[in-house]
Amino acid sequence: MDLTTIWFLLVAVLFTGYFILEGFDFGVGMLLPVLGRDDRERRVLINTIGPVWDGNEVWLITAVGAMFAAFPEWYATLLSGFYLPMLLILLALIARGVAFEYRHKRPEAQWKHRWDTAIVVGSLVPAILWGVAFANILRGVPLDADHEYAGGLFNLLNPYALLGGATTAALFLTHGAVFIALKTTGDIRQRAGVLAVRLGAGTTAVTVAFLAWTLTIRASAAAVVLAAGAALALLGGLAAARVRREGWAFTGTAAAIGLAVATLFAALFPTVLPSTLDPAGTLTATNAAATPYTLTIMSWVAVLFTPIVLAYQGWTYWVFRKRIGVANIPRH
Amino acid sequence: MDALDVARWQFGVTTVYHFLFVPLTIGLSVLVAILQTLWRRTGNERYLKLTKFYGKLFLINFAMGVVTGIVQEFQFGMNWSDYSRFVGDIFGAPLAIEALVAFFLESTFIGLWIFGWDRLPPRLHLASIWAAAIGTNLSAYFILAANSFMQNPVGYRINPDTGRAELTDFLAVLTNKVALITFPHTLAGSFLVAGSLVLTVGLWHVMRHPDSADTSTYRFATRFGAWVVMTSTALVLITGDIQGKIMTQVQPMKMAAAEGLYTTESPASFSVLTIGSLDGSRELFAIKIPYLLSYLGTGDPHGTVHGINDLQAQYASQYGAGSYTPIIPVTYWSFRFMVGFGLAAAAIALLILWAQRKGRTPTSRWLLRAGLILPVLPLLANSFGWIFTEMGRQPWIVFGEMLTRDGVSRSVSLTEVLTSFTAFTLVYATLAVIECKLLIRYARAGVPDVTPTPVTDDTDDTERPLAFAY
Repeated sequence: MDLTTIWFLLVAVLFTGYFILEGFDFGVGMLLPVLGRDDRERRVLINTIGPVWDGNEVWLITAVGAMFAAFPEWYATLLSGFYLPMLLILLALIARGVAFEYRHKRPEAQWKHRWDTAIVVGSLVPAILWGVAFANILRGVPLDADHEYAGGLFNLLNPYALLGGATTAALFLTHGAVFIALKTTGDIRQRAGVLAVRLGAGTTAVTVAFLAWTLTIRASAAAVVLAAGAALALLGGLAAARVRREGWAFTGTAAAIGLAVATLFAALFPTVLPSTLDPAGTLTATNAAATPYTLTIMSWVAVLFTPIVLAYQGWTYWVFRKRIGVANIPRH
Repeated sequence: MDALDVARWQFGVTTVYHFLFVPLTIGLSVLVAILQTLWRRTGNERYLKLTKFYGKLFLINFAMGVVTGIVQEFQFGMNWSDYSRFVGDIFGAPLAIEALVAFFLESTFIGLWIFGWDRLPPRLHLASIWAAAIGTNLSAYFILAANSFMQNPVGYRINPDTGRAELTDFLAVLTNKVALITFPHTLAGSFLVAGSLVLTVGLWHVMRHPDSADTSTYRFATRFGAWVVMTSTALVLITGDIQGKIMTQVQPMKMAAAEGLYTTESPASFSVLTIGSLDGSRELFAIKIPYLLSYLGTGDPHGTVHGINDLQAQYASQYGAGSYTPIIPVTYWSFRFMVGFGLAAAAIALLILWAQRKGRTPTSRWLLRAGLILPVLPLLANSFGWIFTEMGRQPWIVFGEMLTRDGVSRSVSLTEVLTSFTAFTLVYATLAVIECKLLIRYARAGVPDVTPTPVTDDTDDTERPLAFAY
């Protein structure tokens, strides 16, 4: 396997990891007003992701950094082309990140309510827009021969991409509900479990529709297998949620998100951003790649540090493995 | 006004803003780690109080540094995509390594530290804040190595087929002499900010509540902060001096622009201030220190410092017709503001240290006022330092290789950049107000009570409140 393929895989793995991890914390954010009936309940929800959301977000920073280092053309075209969606994602991530930290810093109800809004909107917007963005990557966008984006905002808002946005939002919502059921006790746990099951039918419908549409646009044998796996994992996860096997339910939704993202990358390979305008504009893992020298150095860095990062981040989840409930929330 | 101008303003505003929070994160992470270590070593509760107190201020600030940092990584691709295409082979690597090696360490261990007070054994909990501090400081190294490539490109070649820069020696990029000196200079500048904050907050409590039970704790904080300020000022000066000499070698135009030196001189004097005619062509009044610019630039009081006109002529013949001169009033004054605000901070810290000698309690209202503006001074010095170093690089985005105007995204319209510039400016301004108010609120609240809550046997473990919760 050559270096560009390895780095295509690594970028895919980083985005997959990002969507699995931040997927549930986006879900928790969106469900804040739904499952948190009062301030203490909302604090329970926020504290299920409190110690980990920042580390989850670093998966995105690393994925984008890896894309920049390994495929500079892909990074440059994607971020300048998808300008307004990226801007909205950034503003949303700013709002929710600050909100987690500042929400409890003042006692006034209005103060908390405003930050709650920031958390909900800040989670919903990227949950939708990442789906829109990745659907457009798969579908292709107008690129000229210099790999410059030649479309406008409305090229990105096509029905397939919007279905992609609905799919990521639905998957993250379900994933979030399942995560809350896994990490809380008492009443919230019950309600989260019920909600996850109720969201199940709709989530399955949009996800299956989106993956099927994806395979009609672009497909490979691997993509078909992965898409089938994603659908099965989702159904398995939902079945487990129905019988209150929360660990298995979370494993199922995590696998469903992972396999769905993997489906997109598998269908895409070896292309990284197809052009719908000038075929010469199409970016591939070869023509968008950095030099073999850079890729070799980056490979060594990845080989050395990725296991360490995975070990300590995994350990964090172990440290904070206990469920929490309203009784654990301090008065102040 | 075109998309290029707006993209440049956006980069300036978002980067200077980002770097208001970063120095405090860099410096305070280490200072809090030191305080917690002192507590573990001595068992003295005042260090625990200070750890929790400054830790809270640290976290209020930390959040802002994190979220504004994501913008920076995206901005190269969004607004400067042709720059990204040109240098991606070199510039992307330190950014990716920064995320993998430094940001994961920082974010994961900050989470463990914040929420881990009752979940981790004390040694591991202490190790967590150190790991986070190391991550933060490491991140500075990688991003400065990337920036240094723009100031002094090394370890690359230009591929004749693609016209792009390609990495040939990664070690050269990481050991770029500009990076090796900018790193300690930036860290020292950051500790100057953090030390000032620690000092100011301590001083305010000492002077406002001299009879409080915690006065000796605040007194310690004031001295601790003052010593950090003094030490970092010394390091800022030493590293800045070396940096000036390296800059004179690799970017002579930047040194000439720092002084507004139009004609080559040996020896060259340094002006403390200059008032010129409005069009900048004539000098009306100036205070000059002879030999100083020669010394700053070359280490020799009689050394030759090249002037703007000579360098402009040289570059025009080397790179083709065009202006290779930065905006002189900006570089001239930002350089002086950097030095001036930094030295003013050190002077105030020294005064406060003197006023507290042998256990005295300072009473002068003027001293308190000076103390309260203290943390703003090194922040301004840091901002002007960056404005100087980045504006002094102009018109280049990569010195000698690519002009800033060629680096901007061709596919991004003026409307789009204006939208993002306006959005970031408004959001950032709102957040700045909120953050400052919160910092002041929590700084005033003072050190927390650290008496441990008694654990009674009848409390079920699963019912116990968390030591910390959002």
